[in-house]
Amino acid sequence: MALRTKDLLGIKGMTADEIKLILDTAATFKDVSERDIKKVPALRGKTVINLFYEASTRTRTSFELAGKRLSADVINISTSTSSVVKGETLLDTARNLEAMKCNIIIVRHSCSGAPEYLARILKSSVINAGDGFHEHPTQALLDMFTIREKLGRLAGLTVAIVGDIAHSRVARSNIHGLTAMGAKVRVCGPPTMIPPGIECLGAEVTYDMDRAIDGADAVMMLRLQLERQAAGLFPGVREYARFYGLNTGRLAKAASHALVMHPGPMNRGVEISSEVADSTPVILDQVTNGVAVRMAVMFLLSGGTKAEA
Amino acid sequence: MYLCGSIRGAMNLLIKNGHVVDPVNGINKKLDILVSGGKIASVTKPGSIPENGAQIIDASGKLVVPGLIDMHVHLREPGFEYKETITTGAAAAKAGGFTSVCCMPNTNPVNDNRSVTEFILSQAREAAARVFPIGAITKGSKGEELAEMGELRSAGCLAVSDDGKPVMNAAVMRRALEYSKIFDMLIISHCEDIALAAKGVMNEGIVSTELGLRGITRAAEDVMTARDIALAESTGGRLHIAHVSTAGSVSMLRDAKARGVKVTAETCPHYFSLTDEAVRAYNTMAKMNPPLRIADDVNAIKQGLRDGTLDVIATDHAPHAADEKAGEFDYAPFGIVGLETALGLTLKLVEEDVLPLVEAIRKLTANPAGILKIDKGSLSAGSEADITIIDPSLEWTVNASEFKSKSRNTPFNGWKLKGRAVQTIVGGSIEGRDRF
Repeated sequence: MALRTKDLLGIKGMTADEIKLILDTAATFKDVSERDIKKVPALRGKTVINLFYEASTRTRTSFELAGKRLSADVINISTSTSSVVKGETLLDTARNLEAMKCNIIIVRHSCSGAPEYLARILKSSVINAGDGFHEHPTQALLDMFTIREKLGRLAGLTVAIVGDIAHSRVARSNIHGLTAMGAKVRVCGPPTMIPPGIECLGAEVTYDMDRAIDGADAVMMLRLQLERQAAGLFPGVREYARFYGLNTGRLAKAASHALVMHPGPMNRGVEISSEVADSTPVILDQVTNGVAVRMAVMFLLSGGTKAEA
Repeated sequence: MYLCGSIRGAMNLLIKNGHVVDPVNGINKKLDILVSGGKIASVTKPGSIPENGAQIIDASGKLVVPGLIDMHVHLREPGFEYKETITTGAAAAKAGGFTSVCCMPNTNPVNDNRSVTEFILSQAREAAARVFPIGAITKGSKGEELAEMGELRSAGCLAVSDDGKPVMNAAVMRRALEYSKIFDMLIISHCEDIALAAKGVMNEGIVSTELGLRGITRAAEDVMTARDIALAESTGGRLHIAHVSTAGSVSMLRDAKARGVKVTAETCPHYFSLTDEAVRAYNTMAKMNPPLRIADDVNAIKQGLRDGTLDVIATDHAPHAADEKAGEFDYAPFGIVGLETALGLTLKLVEEDVLPLVEAIRKLTANPAGILKIDKGSLSAGSEADITIIDPSLEWTVNASEFKSKSRNTPFNGWKLKGRAVQTIVGGSIEGRDRF
């Protein structure tokens, strides 16, 4: 089995089978990162570009490692040091890269829809590394991989996602993915941060964190961006942490096996207490799994099939 | 008497066998029209006017209506000629069946003084359709100090508006409405609360949530519609609400009119033809301000047109270059062209039984003329012969690459429409291609 399209732009519209294919393939690649020589020749001779219009440590490094462990040639472009600073448009930037015969372009952009636009005009495969508030498909895939790895399944589980849902591409991708795989999703945050119609994507909405966490199998905390306070979305971190922060007391209300997850980077003491952050290794597992999942995605988009992985 | 760009015809014209729809004069039947000296000489029983060497137009099977009037277009000149010029915009108007357009002042420089108004009028002298300038409410449309309304009126502006932007300061809007009474000047308001709209790029709702785009709540328009109605009511100034897009605005306008407030309103074809679903796939051709809303709003708009709450259909024709609308949705400028699709989309409402034909024509002719207080929008004998001949059964497909406008930014490309202007006569003159 292979993926249907040349790109990975979002989880919306992916079938459960496609998601399963990626997760299963990622499991195979996870071993590679455990070896002494972390290399397989799957993407040897292929060129991968990381085109990041937004700052990132975690995601970009993860993609870079994933590409290199597959033996691809990986180039990183961060736009603050590129001719985007000279006013070059997205279209021209992408076309120029394609003219250098790149196979895969990984895009992170602050504008929702930018990767979709590129995918339409480029022959290269485009992987969305996060676009605006829209989607961050590889994050959701690694989150699902992690949950499946730890709890053995996804179907029938209850996952709570807590935080600024309105501005979260991680939340949206996870809602699409988890519901596709048969899990139940609860989203929670202050009303100012719950986007209209999110329930139409299949999530249950609550403003009450205790209700959201009650019996949940996994709790995904989202990073609170402090500039949202200036925009009037919440009155201050003290109140936010009180009502929407994950501390040991609240965590006790979740299932005993509950996973605590966070896409990173964390605001210690805001959405997650240091105690909880330091007592759960799953957050770091997410990072490890991220490389494997990204290897799987690049491999499958390059025409690899699971059998070869 | 208002100055405007116009063309005077010399020869007599006899328009025969057409179905004349003239809402002002209550005419909705087959009649012949004689045009002489650029004016309508007579409108009478078919066959009763001798031909006498006049140029004959056989309008059998066609509708003959007063020249259509679009009271809300952006012609971009001076300053943004790469998007449109007065010449190309007027050509687009004529192609769409419009004999008169009113151009908004958000040019560069803003039309807040006589010299810009006169420049526009001089550029419009040879234009294919009449161009009536709308001046700014405030200097530079900055929303702070009133522009010199008297000067703008005597230079030829029919109304004032800061369109593109609202006048955010209620006190300034109040003074504008009060001051306008000296000149009985129409104040056209772009109703949008900037703080609520924030950095929104489309309607706030399920679609914006799914697409991860910042939304503009319907309240951003409703709040300002409410405010401006209250100000019109307390000052007695004449207010016209531009581009109504929400059910809330329609409802408030209905109540205000019932109370006798001097307020009128327009909507645009896209607000009764599309919803925010058109934005899916990040279609920048569906990005405009106010944004496309949801089905409930579309239905309310249609109802508002039906019951007279919405007086006018105007296009808010907003040309933008292809490069500008390419790329990231967030960065694309707001606006779509509309002159060449408005009539077809309006006739669709007639076909769908939303509006009777006479009312549809009224929204495009008599009503805008009445609001602007210009002697147009009818086929009364003695008036200037601005006439549009429409083939109501002509099926055509919208092809943006054939637009007369310089710009192609329309969400209707490829739409199959029925009904199109085949002849647009300005001052008795027929030039340019016809589609007989």
